[in-house]
Amino acid sequence: MELDRHIPRDSPVHRFDPRLKLVLAVTAIVGIALLPSGSFGAFAIVWLVTVAASSLARLGPWRLTRSSWIVLPFVIVALPLIFTRPGEVLVTFDVGPFSLTITQEGVRDALSIVTKSWLSVQVALLLAYTTPFPTLIDALRSLRLPAIMVSIISFMYRYLAVIGEAAGRMNRARDARSASGAGHGGSITWRARVAGSMVGSLFIRSYERSERVYAAMLARGFDGTLRGAVLAGPAIAELVAFAVALAAMALFVAGIILWGPRW
Amino acid sequence: MNAPPPRPVAHEHPHVHALGQDHDHAHGQDGSPGAVPSAEVPPEGIPAGRIVIEHLHHVYPDGTEALCGIHLVVEPGERLALVGPNGAGKSTLMLHLNGILEPSHGSVSIDGVTVDRSTARSVRARVGLVFQDPDDQLFSPTVREDVAFGPIHMGLPEASIHDRVERALAAVGMSGFERRVPHHLSVGQRKRVSVATVLSMDPAILVFDEPTAGLDPRGRRELMALMASRRETLLVSSHDMAMVAEVFPRVVILDGGTVVADGPADQILDDEVLLLAHGLERPCRSERGHGGQGLGPLGRTS
Repeated sequence: MELDRHIPRDSPVHRFDPRLKLVLAVTAIVGIALLPSGSFGAFAIVWLVTVAASSLARLGPWRLTRSSWIVLPFVIVALPLIFTRPGEVLVTFDVGPFSLTITQEGVRDALSIVTKSWLSVQVALLLAYTTPFPTLIDALRSLRLPAIMVSIISFMYRYLAVIGEAAGRMNRARDARSASGAGHGGSITWRARVAGSMVGSLFIRSYERSERVYAAMLARGFDGTLRGAVLAGPAIAELVAFAVALAAMALFVAGIILWGPRW
Repeated sequence: MNAPPPRPVAHEHPHVHALGQDHDHAHGQDGSPGAVPSAEVPPEGIPAGRIVIEHLHHVYPDGTEALCGIHLVVEPGERLALVGPNGAGKSTLMLHLNGILEPSHGSVSIDGVTVDRSTARSVRARVGLVFQDPDDQLFSPTVREDVAFGPIHMGLPEASIHDRVERALAAVGMSGFERRVPHHLSVGQRKRVSVATVLSMDPAILVFDEPTAGLDPRGRRELMALMASRRETLLVSSHDMAMVAEVFPRVVILDGGTVVADGPADQILDDEVLLLAHGLERPCRSERGHGGQGLGPLGRTS
């Protein structure tokens, strides 16, 4: 239950203004999504940029590439595309009364989706690795995200850890009392029932905690309006770098869409 | 909520602060040099940090009568421990001191100001209430934000907020932890940061609910030293009788929503019959002694 994936290093990427970094990361992800299906040359260039950024952030060149494989389960979502997209037929299988057809376009689109998600995760990871989570919350606040959403995120960050600890304790208590056969924690139904009552009791506890937290906020002058600290403005050099990066991304995406080679 | 906008606080100038500190010296024990100025400038003629509770009754919505006619006067700078079994009404009483709960009958006044819906916001700046579970008290992503929460919601300017956060963290020996995340601190550290979250509001009265519960011996000693070093009026509920004997000159026993005993700690903590009648026990002789004498300097873990 740890949202904070920040890896402290002394690098220009770490020091970069968190608001500009956040905007750049979101723009990069939108840009990746806009790249046309099948532009694998462009994907390769984006990947090289993330490798460069990873090195610049002193995380080691391959760190982002390596840790972004968490995207793999989502490949399953893209799989049906291989069979459903109409186009040039590569292979046809007969499965009982049905026949499955793999098309060239299907394979291309499925591969593109997988690659794009993989690249987007790398961008998001770069942001998470180089920015402490509380700083990201400050950045969201000063980017004028509605205060209620900022506070939901910040309470989530604070209390996910607390609830996680409580869940861990309950799990241990359950294990300590389940003395059934070797290696099994009881039948599936029994475990489901225990898990269900754990979720229920976690909910009740959290609900009660929320009332105590609210009282603690009132006690310190909370009046219904959440106020937060304000970040200092970004340096000129950072603004210039930000503008250059933004323009480069826009030109790259537009260029690929208009003139890029296709598979 | 349609609460009024934050009231600009006029006593923010350093000169006025110094004045407030002098005032405080007159009432409290001699503060050590460099101690944190703790009290606001009191209204004319009324000393800072006086609690007057009269005929206080509280009935919860489900009909439970938690408090049945409490009378209690706490003088500025006094240290008072509230003891009694679970369910005696200690927490309910504490929640009345800054208007989180409203009396069903009777009244609570702080430095002459009756606590009600209209005065609650200004009273909350004078009464620093620290809840038992630091995970309830510390709700922000970082230590700094949590300690700054009070001052920010008092509507103070940026520079003064920064000063107060630094002073409050220094006072509890947690300087340098500003950017840390609360769930990465030890329980003792969380507890001390919890105290800092109200010290940053410069209250005249500190109210702690079960401050030593769940602390290891070192954390407990550190918190006791911290309490003994404060010059604010201090009102604490506790089951830790040894701590009460050591830090608090005055003890009030609360049971069944009424005050059953109120007097000097020596007398009350020696009266075994009285203590046992209310589900309490007498502290060991070896830990006795008052006013926090013999407590070591506040330990620093940074």
